Amino acid sequence: MLVSMNWLQQYVDLDSYSADELADLITKGGIEVETVEQLNKGISGVVIGHVLECQQHPDADKLNICKVEIGEEEPVQIICGAPNIAQGQYVAVAKVGAVLPGNFKIKKAKLRGEASHGMISSLQELGIESKLVSKEYADGIFVFSEDVTPGEDALEYLNLHDEVLELGLTPNRADAMNMIGVAYEVGAVLNRSIELPSPELVRSDEDVEGYVSVRVENEGDNPYYGATVIKDVTIKPSPQWLVNRLVSAGIRPINNVVDITNYVLLEYGQPLHAFDYDRFGSKEVVIRRAIEGEKIVTLDDVERSLSSEHLVITNGSTPVAVAGVMGGADSEVQEDTTTILLEAAYFNSKLVRKSSKDLGLRSDSSARFEKGIDRNRVVGASERAAQLIQEIAGGTVLKGIAEQGARTIEALDVSIEVNRINQVLGTEITETEVAAIFERLQFSYQNFGGTFTVQVPPRRPDITISEDLIEEVGRLYGYDNVPATLPLTESTPGQLSEYQGKRRHVRRTLEGAGLYQTVTYSLTSPSKRHFFSDESVEAVRLAMPMSEERSELRTSLIPHLLEVAQYNRNRQLENIAFYETASVFLPGDELPVEQEHLAGVVSGLWQEHLWQKEKKAADFFVVKGILEELAVEFGVEDRVTFVRAEEPKLHPGRTAAVYLDEELIGYIGQLHPEVEKELDLSETYVFEINLEKLLKADVAHLKYKKLPRFPSVTRDVALVVNESLEAGEVKRVIKEAGGSKLVEIQLFDVYQGEHLDEGKKSLAFSLRYYNPEQTLTEEEVKKAHDRVLKAVEEQFGAALRQ
Amino acid sequence: MQERLQALKEEALSEIQQASSMKEVQDIKVKFLGKKGPITEISKGMGKLSKEERPKMGQLVNEIRNAISDQLEEKIARLEKAAVEERLKKETIDVSLPGRPVKRGNHHPLTRVIEEIEDLFLGMGFSIAEGPEVETDYYNFEALNLPKDHPARDMQDSFYVTEETLLRTHTSPMQARTMEKLNGEGPVKIIVPGKVYRRDTDDATHSHQFMQIEGLMVGENVRMSDLKGVLQSFAKKMFGEEREIRLRPSFFPFTEPSVEMDISCFNCGGNGCSVCKGTGWIEILGGGMVHPNVLRMSGFDPEKVTGFAFGMGPERIAMLKYGIDDIRHFYTNDSRFIKQFNSL
Repeated sequence: MLVSMNWLQQYVDLDSYSADELADLITKGGIEVETVEQLNKGISGVVIGHVLECQQHPDADKLNICKVEIGEEEPVQIICGAPNIAQGQYVAVAKVGAVLPGNFKIKKAKLRGEASHGMISSLQELGIESKLVSKEYADGIFVFSEDVTPGEDALEYLNLHDEVLELGLTPNRADAMNMIGVAYEVGAVLNRSIELPSPELVRSDEDVEGYVSVRVENEGDNPYYGATVIKDVTIKPSPQWLVNRLVSAGIRPINNVVDITNYVLLEYGQPLHAFDYDRFGSKEVVIRRAIEGEKIVTLDDVERSLSSEHLVITNGSTPVAVAGVMGGADSEVQEDTTTILLEAAYFNSKLVRKSSKDLGLRSDSSARFEKGIDRNRVVGASERAAQLIQEIAGGTVLKGIAEQGARTIEALDVSIEVNRINQVLGTEITETEVAAIFERLQFSYQNFGGTFTVQVPPRRPDITISEDLIEEVGRLYGYDNVPATLPLTESTPGQLSEYQGKRRHVRRTLEGAGLYQTVTYSLTSPSKRHFFSDESVEAVRLAMPMSEERSELRTSLIPHLLEVAQYNRNRQLENIAFYETASVFLPGDELPVEQEHLAGVVSGLWQEHLWQKEKKAADFFVVKGILEELAVEFGVEDRVTFVRAEEPKLHPGRTAAVYLDEELIGYIGQLHPEVEKELDLSETYVFEINLEKLLKADVAHLKYKKLPRFPSVTRDVALVVNESLEAGEVKRVIKEAGGSKLVEIQLFDVYQGEHLDEGKKSLAFSLRYYNPEQTLTEEEVKKAHDRVLKAVEEQFGAALRQ
Repeated sequence: MQERLQALKEEALSEIQQASSMKEVQDIKVKFLGKKGPITEISKGMGKLSKEERPKMGQLVNEIRNAISDQLEEKIARLEKAAVEERLKKETIDVSLPGRPVKRGNHHPLTRVIEEIEDLFLGMGFSIAEGPEVETDYYNFEALNLPKDHPARDMQDSFYVTEETLLRTHTSPMQARTMEKLNGEGPVKIIVPGKVYRRDTDDATHSHQFMQIEGLMVGENVRMSDLKGVLQSFAKKMFGEEREIRLRPSFFPFTEPSVEMDISCFNCGGNGCSVCKGTGWIEILGGGMVHPNVLRMSGFDPEKVTGFAFGMGPERIAMLKYGIDDIRHFYTNDSRFIKQFNSL
């Protein structure tokens, strides 16, 4: 909502407040003033000029040499290229030395040999947006249509010294979508009285009855409809004051009658529609639901198809307007219109919203109906419009209004106790102060011992319950005056849940291990899903995605992590170590199943120390080590296993499935070299696990183990086995065979090559034996160790390496 | 004999003097003081001396033996010291060379901000509630006093999955989900951090996915002044002790009265600058007193309890706090961006 200071001044005395000060007060009162705009944009030196002579330039077809009186001793010569310049016009002249928007300075100039002392200006050149310039001046200079005096300030006449406040209205404050509503608000904020228009309409003796009747099929859809008929009007451009008002509010002037309906829309917040009575097609206005598939060509010359959810104004047979949204082209007011059928109605806001949404038509009118207009201002607005039409377009207003429905409704009684106000706000506002605030708002009330019963006027449909009154009191009392206190309620322990605490540990562990956290989008595309999962994995798709790129919820975190890897690699950031914890989404019953996953991507150098010539590239075991560390952190190191696996997009020889006990909880592996090539990534390792499974695993509380009291015995053994045999398998067998005294098995060397047969490798383990009860005897160690050697020999044909 | 001894002494001292290694010193020791050395020999031959001469001679032998021995000790000490010095010299390093980098990652800036806010509210006795990112229309809208045809639904155009489910547009659904479980028994003190989604085209200031932290406190005698007090603590913790806050009236369907909170500009201190667009104030979050309909729908009696709620955007807070100019940075994950958030 754009509010001109000059216009507002008509209703409230704004003296002593600058636009900025007023904006600040209105904002604090609850309606945010988003901007304050100076309409003149720093223009100076533009006066009214009278074109005394106008002749074509001898050397330029499109230029005219004009002698213009600008209130100085002598007329000045100005060269003008506008197609609509003519002798006798009164025009806006930017004198030599004038400044136009954009700090454009007017200087003396020569155009094809002729001197030009200034510029005859168009409205656009004076900073008025093209969309607000009426058609007749759209492509040329502006011409004053009334008596003006050369030399006077042209900006004054065009209302360009005005300032405009732009209000950012929340949906509940539709009452301020009109000047009267703003006047009420500003009056309350400034604690000043307001003066509203009171139209004095002279009606003819001729009764409207002979011209038109109104029938509303369902008053629920349309509680009130009134039609006024005005005869003998002359359609022409509006007077300058009216044009100025509309332009300041951001509405383009069209012609007097249309401009007046727009003016009243802005002033009263009441959408009106003027039909050409002679083109209406009947003497009957019938308001009904549209028939399924019924058509109407609206004012914008678009044919619209309607349904029974839309309310239409008809002439008894065909629709002439979509109620509250837009009129039809057939009954539009045109230059030859002489009789006006003026509609002023109150339509059901939900129906207007539905039509506006379905037809994709948002108008100043629909915006107001949707949010709720003042039920009691409908007739007043129609009288205001009729009066202005009479004044400006001539015409005779017929007696009476053809109408159906009640013109007004009762105010709503809402009660509130002063104690309750203070209890909710934490304030100590007195009864007197509350009463004063209701008076500022111009609400009538009764006060019985601190209980106020307020008659909420229909102009404020947002106030329906006592809490709404608390807000009214609070905002005008001033939230700055509300103290800052600490809650009185019982104290509660604030702590993370076990899961939340563990999740924080996961982050710290991963970051401590060298990974950086990322946050990526949840929405992805089917192609990315398929890129990194089985065809059989299904996703949750949006009903109406904005783009295919973001059309479904991800089932894996890896695709977006790979995007992050690509992004960084494309910027020469090749050493990559990222992780993310986030939900993935799988189809479910009512809601999708959301699982929190942990995933990571690692590529390039893992560690380097340049001058010491140390470089360690990221590999499978870097990533595995991190996951092993996590398992240790959550007390499941003995229950997490890595088992060789194959996954479609991973390297078949470098992939492991991660199990917690018997349950698959994720994968770890190198990207398949073909995938790396496709994504233009170098050797890249990824992992993804179901974090919930890991964090929710049942583990015993941490307990202290006694420190060893006896020495342990370590035996190293190098076993020669087939190269395809996995170390993990050997370790498992060693562990089984070693018995309870074998407390630690460490693989310390893997060797293949010289001194070993083809197809063989040597695995060297360090085995530590310990007895917590007493010092181990040589015999005990030997017994256990022999069992180990025997077992590996029997199971794998492992020989001791010589 | 005396002369011989004196000559031996001089010979020994001279050799000691010239010795330059431990080995030589040892050899000298053996040569002069060893069991087969000349001095031992002389001692042995002292039996032949007269009674009178014997002690005198014995004293002299001892003197000479001690003199040589002392010199030897001294030489050894000197040589050892030189050896240590030599070694230290050899072991000297250039301490200005760079140290070995410690491998360490860090939080994403949004996590950093969210954890900081979480910790602040944990300290005030709030707990952290988390809920589904795909929500029912009921919890996302209806239970928050936004019935199906409410005009304010325009304010948050959403990603629907089915007619009844959508990607949550705020983390506020946890208000109803949490309260419902309590059967009308307070107090409720939660904050709800999480991802939310709106139909926005991504640009420098818009993101179709972003974070939100919702806060809710319901109980007997919860007042707007408490909201102001809690938010003041928050503002001072996040943006500095000198920060002032102000509440401005606003509108949200789920609170009444509703407010927006501004903080005094941390950049200019309130005088007006480009960060606060000349107003001296920066808009941080929205909140208000929980609407009685919301309490009622979730099983609480608005006659008995009151509550406040607020919602804030960690992206906005991080952008203001760290001076980040483009919201997309949070989701692009340029490592040069993320690595900047590695210190306290």
